[in-house]
Amino acid sequence: MSEVTTIKPYLRLSGLETLIVRPETNFINVGERTNVTGSKMFARLIREGQYEAALAVARQQVENGAQVIDVNMDDALLDGVQAMTTFLNLVQAEPDIAKIPIMIDSSKFEIIEAGLKCVQGKCIVNSISMKEGEAKFIEQAFTCKSYGASVIVMAFDEEGQADTKKQKVEICHRAYKILTQQVGFPPQDIIFDPNIFAIATGIEEHNNYAVDFIEATREIKKLMPLTKVSGGVSNVSFSFRGNEHVREAIHSVFLFHAIKAGMDMGIVNAGQLVVYDEIEPTLKSLCEDVVLNRNNDNNETTEKMIAFAETVKAKGKEIIKDESWRKEPVEKRLSHALVNGITDYIDADTEEARQKYPKPLDVIEGPLMDGMNIVGDLFGSGKMFLPQVVKSARVMKKAVAVLTPFIEQDKEDRKNAHLAAGTVNEETAGAAKILLATVKGDVHDIGKNIVGVVLGCNGYDIIDLGVMVATDKILETAIKEKVDIIGLSGLITPSLDEMVHVAHEMKRRGITLPLMIGGATTSRMHTAVKIAPQYDEGVVHVLDASRSVTVAGSLLSKEQKPVFLQNLKAEYNKLAADFGNKKSTKEYLRFTEAQQNGAEIDWANYKPVAPAFTGTKILEDHPLAEIAEYIDWQPFFIAWEMHGKFPAILSDSIIGVEATKLYNDAKKLLQQLIDEKWLQAKGVVGFWPANKIAHDTIDVLAPAETGDGEETIKLEFLRQQVKKTAGQPNLSLADFIAPAEQNYQDHIGAFSVTISGIEKHIKIFEAGHDDYNKIILQALADRLAEAFAELLHKKTRTEYWGYVSDEQLTGEQLIKEEYLGIRPAPGYPACPDHTEKYKLFELLGGEAATGIHLTESLAMYPAASVCGWYFANPQSKYFGVGKIEKDQLVDYARRKGMSMEDATRWLRPILE
Amino acid sequence: MKTLQDCLKERILIIDGAMGTMIQRYKLEEKDYRGSRFADWHTDVKGNNDLLSITQPQIIEEIHKQYLEAGADIIETNTFSSTSIAQADYDMQSLAYELNVASATCARNAADEYTKKNPAKPRFVAGAIGPLNKTLSLSPDVNNPGYRAVSFDEVAASYTEQIKGLVDGGVDIILIETIFDTLNAKAAIYAAKNYFRQHHITELPFMISGTITDASGRTLSGQTLEAFYVSIMHANPISVGLNCALGASEMRPHIEELSQIAGCYTSAYPNAGLPNAFGEYDEQPHETAHIIEEWAREGFVNIVGGCCGTTPDHIKHIADEVAKYKPRELPVLEEAL
Repeated sequence: MSEVTTIKPYLRLSGLETLIVRPETNFINVGERTNVTGSKMFARLIREGQYEAALAVARQQVENGAQVIDVNMDDALLDGVQAMTTFLNLVQAEPDIAKIPIMIDSSKFEIIEAGLKCVQGKCIVNSISMKEGEAKFIEQAFTCKSYGASVIVMAFDEEGQADTKKQKVEICHRAYKILTQQVGFPPQDIIFDPNIFAIATGIEEHNNYAVDFIEATREIKKLMPLTKVSGGVSNVSFSFRGNEHVREAIHSVFLFHAIKAGMDMGIVNAGQLVVYDEIEPTLKSLCEDVVLNRNNDNNETTEKMIAFAETVKAKGKEIIKDESWRKEPVEKRLSHALVNGITDYIDADTEEARQKYPKPLDVIEGPLMDGMNIVGDLFGSGKMFLPQVVKSARVMKKAVAVLTPFIEQDKEDRKNAHLAAGTVNEETAGAAKILLATVKGDVHDIGKNIVGVVLGCNGYDIIDLGVMVATDKILETAIKEKVDIIGLSGLITPSLDEMVHVAHEMKRRGITLPLMIGGATTSRMHTAVKIAPQYDEGVVHVLDASRSVTVAGSLLSKEQKPVFLQNLKAEYNKLAADFGNKKSTKEYLRFTEAQQNGAEIDWANYKPVAPAFTGTKILEDHPLAEIAEYIDWQPFFIAWEMHGKFPAILSDSIIGVEATKLYNDAKKLLQQLIDEKWLQAKGVVGFWPANKIAHDTIDVLAPAETGDGEETIKLEFLRQQVKKTAGQPNLSLADFIAPAEQNYQDHIGAFSVTISGIEKHIKIFEAGHDDYNKIILQALADRLAEAFAELLHKKTRTEYWGYVSDEQLTGEQLIKEEYLGIRPAPGYPACPDHTEKYKLFELLGGEAATGIHLTESLAMYPAASVCGWYFANPQSKYFGVGKIEKDQLVDYARRKGMSMEDATRWLRPILE
Repeated sequence: MKTLQDCLKERILIIDGAMGTMIQRYKLEEKDYRGSRFADWHTDVKGNNDLLSITQPQIIEEIHKQYLEAGADIIETNTFSSTSIAQADYDMQSLAYELNVASATCARNAADEYTKKNPAKPRFVAGAIGPLNKTLSLSPDVNNPGYRAVSFDEVAASYTEQIKGLVDGGVDIILIETIFDTLNAKAAIYAAKNYFRQHHITELPFMISGTITDASGRTLSGQTLEAFYVSIMHANPISVGLNCALGASEMRPHIEELSQIAGCYTSAYPNAGLPNAFGEYDEQPHETAHIIEEWAREGFVNIVGGCCGTTPDHIKHIADEVAKYKPRELPVLEEAL
């Protein structure tokens, strides 16, 4: 049994996220600039209805560290209820603002209630008090409670505002008793504001106001320990208005003492608080005296403060790019450049460090690795995101490139020295080596490249063998280079078998290195069930690049490795066992039954539309600008391990800022590659007469290869075999083509597209040590290929095949596949057999048409390629074949003229 | 007779499964939905499942009884859309109060029959308050993020009418469920609290059940699970939990988190897995029950059951699996910091 949980009576607030006020929580800054009474600019924006700009004020407060924002619309010229409602509704649509709790501030309760009706999170009401008597106070408190808000209670009663310590404490205590005993308010939801008044006004009675507040705070917290204390800090320095320099210093000193006495939160300009320790000594000592009312007989201190204030010119704050880090020592500068991904000064800084350190290698092992360790830590703790890390890696590579010639020279010198002295050169082993490769038959490597960069950032030496790497080459290199870990990657399903094969070979050759498995098609389940049993020295599935670091760390640590592998083994055994148990849960139909339960298409009432042409049409060098309009950006961000909907991801409260930077960088590169014609888009589309001649077979009538007459190509499809609920069909793509006996001439189409020309630009980026742009470019090429396929499909629907004449779909609708007709690709769920791709390519004119080459695993090279069939029937839809049974496998092998062994190999992912 | 509180101390309670899934099995047609009373109604009403409590009460009662037979301690009234706002789709807003009374009566009759059979296992009726088809935190117009299709006051008024109907029909619990916009739920809490206070009726216990819509672990309106809980704590609910949108295996991390932070009892009634490509749920009863059993073993839950796609068979399997475990212990609520 788990231990009993305990829950403390903390003040808990929320926006989209929580703010929990614990005893150890630091002072909470409440942003004050979204207050029309305190900010002339904000008041003007609201009055003029410039809500966009008003939101920017709120956002800036959050960026400057406000943990709550105070919103006040009390202005004689405004309809306060309407302004509060409009502004808070807009705030709810901005996750980077709405993430923090809102303080709804008004002296009119109707405005407060209007605000409470707009916010889903737990707010703070600012404020209620007993100034109009107990009855009204109780009524308002009930209302606040029914909206689930916490309240600020002003130290204000029927007699007026409390200004002495004694009055403040008495009023607060009376309010506390009413709230907790009569209204049932939780004490931790009560926040007192014991009134901060202006000091150093020249009126002697005002001199002790700060002390009264501070001492009242101390007493309130002692008497009612669960409650909180807040206050409007800027009031205290009101008499120095216009002199921001002095005001900030007074605020800082006041807060220093009030917080020590127990003040929990305050309304401050989060962007303008000086650090207590950094106030100049003369000013600080004067501030101490006025705040604490010391040496102040006959206003002596006040006079001094006023005199001093006049000597200080109010300095306007300018916002300039912060270049102060350039004044730091070189180590700090290198680390700053790495953490912030700045390459502007890296060459000069590295050179400076090289001259400072005895050996060039010391610069890498010292300041550069220190900086990368910070990056690694920040990434590990979720404070940096992948695109930032890749930018850091770019800085690192550039620095290393500056040092490399000197390191080589250094090595050469030592070698010569050894030779001259007749001694043996024993270079000590460096960082652990990790070999990465995309397996034979597969051409996809974006994910693998990212893993390489991330591991490289964490100090590992990466040997990247690239794509389509044969098992022999992987294993021979591993032995020759004395690597410590082998990492395999793959994206298409046949790569799974290839990985099993590599693992099998490793065991056979007696290799003992741990094996990491990654890539879009891999899974923990497949690794546990298929790969791990082949090899005993450790097989680990790595979900994404960020996990690769901890996995590599565990595998390379002598202490951790045995425990890590043992736990992993237990986990995989359990997964494999669960998998074994799970098999029996789904019921399957006999294949013949499934064939009888195909999709029922109402052929009688359907007239197949004939395409505008039959045969193929090649699109050479299609304009990239037009293709770019069809890009679906969401997968682009997923490639960068940034998950979320596009475009919402750009304003996500956590990754929005970095996602936006990445998006801007990608758009820039996209524009450049369009303007400078870096890439070529080539495509082919074709249509042929086709009819269904058996349950899962389609005859396509194509021009004979000899160029003379016509020949029939048989397409074979697979059918869902799992038992469906009543009335649901067992689908096969063949169902969507009219049967021959209907006497309709139906058609099928096919297409392939590719984006070529990337290699040269990849090389240029590699030469510039710019993995960041290299990976962006690869991901963009993928996106363009998909976008081209989308564009061609649209042209097919409305023009080439023309079965839809008046299509008006938005980009979003296209992404959601709301179009008529489908374009499934061989090797994907609706037709999972990759080998049908041969027929598709043959129909389209082979490699000559587009230059796409099929590997032995039937991956397409260049990697940025897409192909598929076209089905026009309005009832056609995407589906997954799912698992099939042996009877279908036998039938399929027979139809395809394949051996059972081959059929089993190609269809393994869908066999139980 | 044992109260709900007594039962919660003793064991893990079972809440029923999907109503819609069961209604589908009857393959009802437009005329069945209309019955004689609405034979000439001017809009189509097929799909207005809540209406069946008036036109086909015997079916609704029969479904309730199937769940009670399967072991449910708590059954939900057939009132997910019985608000004037949601009924406007059928132009039936004027029927909202009557729908709630009728549905509460169906559930009350069924529950009382089973309590009478076995008084040692009392059955409770939870008045189900759904999320509405209009939201208070989100604008339906992407070009106008400040716009709202409905106001807080309209939502609160609509819920007040529903609550009155449920209370008059005799429910034991106010269940605010499938919350994807916390502000809608807050309007329901506001309506309920004020209704009880203004009519000097002792508050019924509140069950609150939110919906995490995807792997981000947030509600549709963007809140983290903890932020959601903090936002509804003032309801002082007897339980807080999660339902819908996720299957049990996807819900697990969230229910685990909730069990750590909730000061009250916890509830969870997931869907029967995630929908397949055809929008159907095909997780089998023993599969759902197997996952939920682990929650019970870990001490995460006090009330469990099912949402979309679950059936009496699912509920029976769940009830059988969790019967051997003690309920989650309430956390100790400390009084000092």
